[in-house]
Amino acid sequence: MLDQLSWKVGGQQGEGVESTGETFAIALNRKGYFVYSFRHFSSRIKGGHSNDKVRVSVHRYRAIVDYTDVLLAFDQETIDLNGSDVRQDGIIIADSKFNPVAPDHARLFSVPLTKIAEDCGSAIMKNMVSLGASACVLGLKPDIFQEVLEERFLRKGQKVVDQNMEAIQKGFDYMKELGGADDNFALTPADGTKHLFMTCNEAVALGALAAGSRIMAAYPITPASEVMEYLIKQLPKVGGAVVQTEDEIAAMTMTIGAAYGGARAFTCTSGPGLALMMEAIGLSGMTETPVVVIDTQRGGPSTGLPTKQEQSDYLAALFGTHGEIPKIVLTPSTPEECFTAVGDAFNLAEKYQCPVIVMTDLQMALNKQTTDVFKLDDIKIDRGLIATEEDLQRENEHDSGEFKRYEFTENGVSRRVFPGTKGGIHHVTGVEHMENGRPFEAPANRKKMMEKRLNKLDDFSLEGAVVRTGDENPDLLIVGIGANVGAIGEAMARLQHDGLKVAHAQLHALLPFPVKELEAAMSGARHVVVVENNATGQVRHLMSHFGVQHDNMSSLLKYDGRPFLPVDIYNYCKGLV
Amino acid sequence: MATVKDFRNDVRPNWCPGCGDFSVQASIQRALANLNKEPHEVAVVSGIGCSGRISGYINSYGFHAVHGRALPTAQGVKLANRDLTVIASGGDGDGFGIGLNHFMHAVRRNMDITYIVMDNHIYGLTKGQHSPTSAHGFVAKTTPQGNIEEALIPTQIALAAGIGFLAQGFSSDVKQLVSLIEQGIAHNGFSLINVFSPCVTYNKTNTYDWFRENIVNLDEKEGYDATNRAMAMQTIIETGGLATGLIYQDDKRPSYQDEIPGYPEKPIAFSNLELDAKAFEKALQQFA
Repeated sequence: MLDQLSWKVGGQQGEGVESTGETFAIALNRKGYFVYSFRHFSSRIKGGHSNDKVRVSVHRYRAIVDYTDVLLAFDQETIDLNGSDVRQDGIIIADSKFNPVAPDHARLFSVPLTKIAEDCGSAIMKNMVSLGASACVLGLKPDIFQEVLEERFLRKGQKVVDQNMEAIQKGFDYMKELGGADDNFALTPADGTKHLFMTCNEAVALGALAAGSRIMAAYPITPASEVMEYLIKQLPKVGGAVVQTEDEIAAMTMTIGAAYGGARAFTCTSGPGLALMMEAIGLSGMTETPVVVIDTQRGGPSTGLPTKQEQSDYLAALFGTHGEIPKIVLTPSTPEECFTAVGDAFNLAEKYQCPVIVMTDLQMALNKQTTDVFKLDDIKIDRGLIATEEDLQRENEHDSGEFKRYEFTENGVSRRVFPGTKGGIHHVTGVEHMENGRPFEAPANRKKMMEKRLNKLDDFSLEGAVVRTGDENPDLLIVGIGANVGAIGEAMARLQHDGLKVAHAQLHALLPFPVKELEAAMSGARHVVVVENNATGQVRHLMSHFGVQHDNMSSLLKYDGRPFLPVDIYNYCKGLV
Repeated sequence: MATVKDFRNDVRPNWCPGCGDFSVQASIQRALANLNKEPHEVAVVSGIGCSGRISGYINSYGFHAVHGRALPTAQGVKLANRDLTVIASGGDGDGFGIGLNHFMHAVRRNMDITYIVMDNHIYGLTKGQHSPTSAHGFVAKTTPQGNIEEALIPTQIALAAGIGFLAQGFSSDVKQLVSLIEQGIAHNGFSLINVFSPCVTYNKTNTYDWFRENIVNLDEKEGYDATNRAMAMQTIIETGGLATGLIYQDDKRPSYQDEIPGYPEKPIAFSNLELDAKAFEKALQQFA
């Protein structure tokens, strides 16, 4: 019996690889298994090798592994490209149609996937046959797929469901005949706990929905588009709208316009789009207009690796705007954290009246994983200081243009008023201005206004900006960010198993940089390793920029487009101590 | 009820004496009063340039955005609060140079906002470079040997992009301009009023007199039919883009707001943002 295993399906892009992987993953997620999936794909629609790797476990893991227990191959190329990942005596299930040839270290099961599917009614059901064969290997009953198939196909009629279930059963039976049922690959039964299964993009979208964001303006880009695709279906149900703009500059300025207009508005993009938004992000900072920007990082620079993992926008996000503005940058790691971080982002943007950038990465954005059920109560809407018509009436304010939108206050935050409110007329400009918003360039006012804006975040510290786990006074402390959380946690467990004292500090915010929290997390550590998916060590650069120091610090960097595997981190750390 | 005076504030424009923009400002204020708008019901969103300062010179809500982006900003404001009268404004460089992309898409998108451009065929605030509407041969600081590019004709582009309300004015003809702005604001959908607004400091070619001699006033043209799109395009071509008056209107096309599914009657800005617990549960079900 296995507590966990790694299953992979591969074939030509467009031949059902993704739906096969998804059906498999959803069915297991519903049984209570923890599932973490990883899609390998390229920037084309049809053709080209793609694969979907799914890790199944009775414990929670948030990383893929470097080996495959069971490989499902729809073509020879899949075996050629992925065969070496299959572990010693691992299983390859391949369609007999192409006379598969497999490496010696693996056990090949040639199953007539296409033939069986044709006998059941249609060749396209070969993925169902393959799922049946997989179920046989894993010691699962074929009926675990029943519910998922009903949801997917019932609108096409019971017959379609039955045909697909028959294909699964036949694949299962054929595999059993071949001797594919193997107790060495059977999964330990799961406890049936209810979870969700989603990407961080979906978690971000749900967070925005729960946080009351009713306007989203965005331009399609990999790997961010799913956020707008999801919300364009959801927002009309709650009286909101998504606008697909002509470019990211329009997306950002429309978001600013909507936020100024009184909505909770946001945009979602990736590196190239973030670069285009920079001038307008400065406008948001200068006019104290609250906006939320989601940046799903991908491989840069330029078009870079648009469908591959990277974490290389941190410096751009922190320092990209010209001039100096207050800004908050949050870096959640998991779907659960994305949901609440987006809720926080809207509250913080409105409380401090500044842009908030929430950064994820491609690995988080696109890969579905087992997720705890979200609670709506975890997101409370707090719109910050707003002057209403009643407030202004009470204060006897008239529409004279004298409302002090940028009133100097103790903490630098002044009241907003939404256009349309009687008594609140004021001017807003990206030009330096006085308290009533009108342009004013005098040195004393300039200095005071700069300090008003830049000091707004003085009292701000995000609770849980650094999450530390592991041993006290460790031999090694691993600093991580974004999707790396899972691989680090797993490497840490293996290192601890080897007898080392190890700790893990995960960064949940980069601006304001959590100096004290990180210093506290690092105290007593003999070595510090900063793990990040970029070539220049951006997080480490930020640590030294903000004065977080350690005598024995090094970087583990990966910038080949692939996510960190636990073994990458384990091997590096083993070599270090 | 608000009067023209209520739309005035005490800010002195930094425009040069004689600048065409003064009349445009006055015409907007007059049109708003004529339409019985209250100052707090209006938001003027402008870009960067001499004319972009206009949002600070009208007593209403005003947002002075970044260069070239008045239109997407204004569309955002309208999305958040559909009850507002939203006017986007700026110059020819702002709207048809750096912002041309947004202009064509705003036309296509057709949100119910009014775009008033002060077109002086030159960059004034940066002190005299040629603009996208400068004619071929036009001499400016960045075209010392004469402009070798052809002028862009805003009305032609607007019509080609599918605009539902297209007008052109001249800042010397305030009576016509007020009427065009009123009609533009009343039009349900995107409206453009491109206004020839001479720069007395840097453009010694396209002067008040030059415009007077060259514009063709459609109000005086017998048989002109502003509902005929082909006639409108032909007229724009024949006049080299110098036709003034109402050039084209299609008042049957629904605006963007009319077409957004589920878009609420009440402004989003003042609506309850709390999500219904049942709706949330339902949304989560999709991921179970």
